[in-house]
Amino acid sequence: MLSVLLNSPANTTINYLPIVIQLVVAIGFVAFMMSVTHLLGPKRRTSDKLANFESGIESVGNARQPMAIKYFLVAILFVLFDVEVIFFYPYAVNFKALGKEGFLAVLMFVAFFLVGFIYIRKRGALDWEE
Amino acid sequence: MLLLSIDWSFIIEKLILISVILGASLGVATYATWGERKVAAWMQDRKGPSRAGPFGLLQPIADGIKLFFKEEIIPNDANRFLFILGPSLAMLTACMASAVVPWGPSIELESGRVIALQVADINIGILYVFGVVSVGVYGIMLGGWASNNKYSLMGSVRAASQAISYELAMGISLIALLMMTGTLSLAEIVNQQHGFWENGWFTWNVAKQPLGFIIFLVCAFAELNRAPFDLPEAESELVAGYHTEYSSMKLGFYLFAEYVNLFISSAILITLFFGGYNFPFMDQVAGSVSPVVFSIICVLVLLTKTIMMILFFMFIRWTIPRFRYDQLMNLGWKSLIPLALVNMLITGAIIIWVLN
Repeated sequence: MLSVLLNSPANTTINYLPIVIQLVVAIGFVAFMMSVTHLLGPKRRTSDKLANFESGIESVGNARQPMAIKYFLVAILFVLFDVEVIFFYPYAVNFKALGKEGFLAVLMFVAFFLVGFIYIRKRGALDWEE
Repeated sequence: MLLLSIDWSFIIEKLILISVILGASLGVATYATWGERKVAAWMQDRKGPSRAGPFGLLQPIADGIKLFFKEEIIPNDANRFLFILGPSLAMLTACMASAVVPWGPSIELESGRVIALQVADINIGILYVFGVVSVGVYGIMLGGWASNNKYSLMGSVRAASQAISYELAMGISLIALLMMTGTLSLAEIVNQQHGFWENGWFTWNVAKQPLGFIIFLVCAFAELNRAPFDLPEAESELVAGYHTEYSSMKLGFYLFAEYVNLFISSAILITLFFGGYNFPFMDQVAGSVSPVVFSIICVLVLLTKTIMMILFFMFIRWTIPRFRYDQLMNLGWKSLIPLALVNMLITGAIIIWVLN
């Protein structure tokens, strides 16, 4: 019954069942290894050993300080552009069916994409040198 | 009633397949560490591991056992839960990506039962891989942040920033390929590359999409945090980056996950661009041996190609020096993304106006 459903061309939720099985196996493997290494290793804790490593000198302050804004900017730009890239996927799969008209429409979409891209470049959002 | 209708032999079959695939990827990853050290030694005119067993073949096993018996350290300032979650997540995602790779053609038994050598043939295979790989970034990010160490935080922020930057170019470079295949299912993509030569041209996608392949390859290097893009764990600047504070098998998980990822990415690269398990004259071979033997040959062909790809990754690592961070970002954003877009448009135009 199940194998009939699985071999049918219609892609249904049942096709994802093996992935769930693999997830369970992988979680079991990771949890097992983590507990084994926890039980096997020696435990001789000292306060110096549990201090954070900072090239052998005493650590100064907390590490969780404000970071350079550039990293944040990259993350925001990624979200913006990745959403646009995801829109290309359904188009690419149906590319041959959509033909010339579809291609011209996508050209327009790429133009919008490029306008945004050129704008962030002109504003220096991607310049890391300074 | 639903429980009764479930085909238990099917679930057992999948469980065996999953265990074999996970075991094989862990085994290949283990020996990839040995291979890496041997390749490094060979390229630097040294011997590499040579004491444990013949040719140092037992070295990775000794290393693994050593990691198990090391003391586990969780720094006082660290967030305990996230500190443990980080490497677990890294390993978990590394194990999950193999679910959609087709390792060989389906075997049809005499009883009429078809055994697929792919855990799950879902119609969004490539998107699934992208999704799982993106979750892998959280493993590094959480580990680095939870350590509460300045080097670790720096390394993890670099890793996240680098991974997401190159994911864009990777996604766009694949679109050109998908325009030709018209499907996201990996099994379907491999079937389309059947054999080696057809209608006066190679069937493998690398010959149809060379620029897309090069962009994808560069992005794969960056996504895997491998040299020349190994800034997140640059030993000389960040004292090992995001895993500075890790010890015992938690450190082992990070290192191991990297090699499992290397193996799975190589397999996916081969599947997408080098014909997966296809090889020249496969139809003649299929005619002369039994289906089971043929499937085994196909799996071996895929593994051979994958190992060659892993060796290529290693040669590059020991040849090219590390990039500077601004060079890395410039290459990703200012060169690869426009290049991938142009590649996509040219592919579309050629398919519509020249080939049609």
